[in-house]
Amino acid sequence: MSLPTFLLLAPATLWYLLLLVAPLVIVAVFSFGARAPEGGYAPAFTFEQYSNLPTRITPFINTLKLASLGTFFGVLIAYPLAYFLATRATARLKSILVALIIVPFWTSFLIRTYAWVTIMSSRGIPAILIRLGLVNELVLLNTPFAIVLGIVYNYLPLMTFPIYVSLERLDKRLLEASKDLGANQLGTFLQITLPLSASGLVTGSMLVFILLMGEYLIPALLGGGKIFFVGNALVDLFLQSRNWPFGSAVAMALNFIMLIIVSLYLWLTARLSGEQRQAVSLL
Amino acid sequence: MNRTDFMKYYSRLEKGSISRRDFMKLTGLGYAAAVVAACAPATGGASAPVAAANLGTRLELTTWPNYHNLENFEAFTKKTGVNINTSIFGSNEEMLAKLQAGGTGWDVFVPTNYTISTYVKLGLIEPLDLSRLPNFDQASYEARFLAESKVAGDNSLYAIPKNWGSTGYIVRSSKVSEKMTSWKDFFDMTMDKYSGKTTIHDYQMTSIGNALKYFGYSFNSVAPNELAKAEQLLLDVKPHLFAITSDYQPPVRNGDAYIAMAWTGDALQVKRDLPDTEYVIGTEGGEIWEDNWALVKDAPHKDAAYAFLNFMLEPKIGAEETNGHGYPQVDARATALLPDKMKNDPIMYPAQQLLTPLEFGAAVCLTDPNRAELWARVKSAA
Repeated sequence: MSLPTFLLLAPATLWYLLLLVAPLVIVAVFSFGARAPEGGYAPAFTFEQYSNLPTRITPFINTLKLASLGTFFGVLIAYPLAYFLATRATARLKSILVALIIVPFWTSFLIRTYAWVTIMSSRGIPAILIRLGLVNELVLLNTPFAIVLGIVYNYLPLMTFPIYVSLERLDKRLLEASKDLGANQLGTFLQITLPLSASGLVTGSMLVFILLMGEYLIPALLGGGKIFFVGNALVDLFLQSRNWPFGSAVAMALNFIMLIIVSLYLWLTARLSGEQRQAVSLL
Repeated sequence: MNRTDFMKYYSRLEKGSISRRDFMKLTGLGYAAAVVAACAPATGGASAPVAAANLGTRLELTTWPNYHNLENFEAFTKKTGVNINTSIFGSNEEMLAKLQAGGTGWDVFVPTNYTISTYVKLGLIEPLDLSRLPNFDQASYEARFLAESKVAGDNSLYAIPKNWGSTGYIVRSSKVSEKMTSWKDFFDMTMDKYSGKTTIHDYQMTSIGNALKYFGYSFNSVAPNELAKAEQLLLDVKPHLFAITSDYQPPVRNGDAYIAMAWTGDALQVKRDLPDTEYVIGTEGGEIWEDNWALVKDAPHKDAAYAFLNFMLEPKIGAEETNGHGYPQVDARATALLPDKMKNDPIMYPAQQLLTPLEFGAAVCLTDPNRAELWARVKSAA
């Protein structure tokens, strides 16, 4: 390796080693240790922490379930939006709409999520619905619904833009060809648009889902300390129980699940882009 | 001085026939600079008043929410040039975890009584140098509170009592028709008529402790069979809770929660705005606590920390603290300065028969791994 190449790569390598590899190694080592009497880490070699993992099954289930739901509803809202932006909106309207999507995200994530606490508290939406006589009693805050809503709201741009980009790139001549060959609008959508935007759909979903696996703030604020994600369970293990070894084991388990999900994602995108190349080359 | 004179001195300064200091003195610029510095907010060493020469400009304070009268902080900064940087925490366990991990840079913090001996054992705090705290008057502190700030077999004072209070619960009497008096009422009503309308602390000490009181056990129990029963109660109650949070003023004020596990000062603060607020101390007992001013052993701004403590120990300042947050003072000199309305407030000073069964938190509750694990398990459960 030449000196300039070495120097150019050094910062990134150092970053990678110090801030990713080294902490991971520490977490891995800690996960086989024991809890010190006053809390923290005591050197040991035991599988006790891993055998204790089933006691944290609920946060794992909550994370996987609510992250999936959040991603699913995110797609349902983001896809039509992205479709409209890419195919129907005029250039002027498009820039306004894109700005409207982005501008709220200049405000802190924390403050926007906290705003939902007030909106969903009993003096917010429930009070309005009760006054309108639509419901007798309604609790929104500190429910799984509140968490899914917080997820969809906060992650919408991350979902919308990859789908938008894939739809934008779509060759409009294919749509005309489909029409010429007698397909109705639904047929064209299902056979041309949807498959060709699948890569954007997968990228958006994975981007959101992977980030959600480490989510802490939304369940903490909108779940009232009752509905825990793995992130919340981890914070408690380090700051309340001060059980670093068990916390490390939970973190390792989360890393393992993430690895599986990322592998799945890579495999899916590789397949999809292969199919797309095939589809285009057939034409 | 007119313009011509000023320019004359200035050319002499340029030529080097007078020094910069003489120039400042002769033209009055030095005086102007000093005035400007005294008026400007203290941000650097240069602008700090002379009296505070060695205190520096910063102090790191770690404390609880709604726990200070900020006017006192402003007065301290004005007097000494030391700016107070505040971090807010939710539990003693979290404070200990951060200090154990090291490198916090904290100077002053406010640990609760039951944690003191653990901090001493871990070498995180050391005896206070009382000669640097002339405002402290040991005689005006009740012995039972002072005892909590010491460790067994050692007469040194490791911390100074700041405030004391109890852990009970708030009831909105306009929403809750039943007369509630005990921890049994608290948990039974939560699982029955007021399901979804109650909050408990996100704090193992009080949430486990009061669940233990439900069965009549000690608030400080670490007996495995008693803890197991408390855990089952907490797991049964969990689906009926509105929230597990130590920041319970918002849900109570919003009307989401009618019943909330609460500390003295929060109850008083809520009652100021919602007069139907009642504060109940369980007839079975529960916790009496005392928070302390303590100095981190390797505090980076130790001189400022002592100056701050001494300032806060002034009785007048203490009384103003309590006027703001509603937690009783331990210093009798400060209590004497409180308005009569506060001195007779039943939330701040409950009847003796309610106080008698209360227990101080015990050190073992902090260090016992089962209690810590239990709480994390309850919160992670479905």
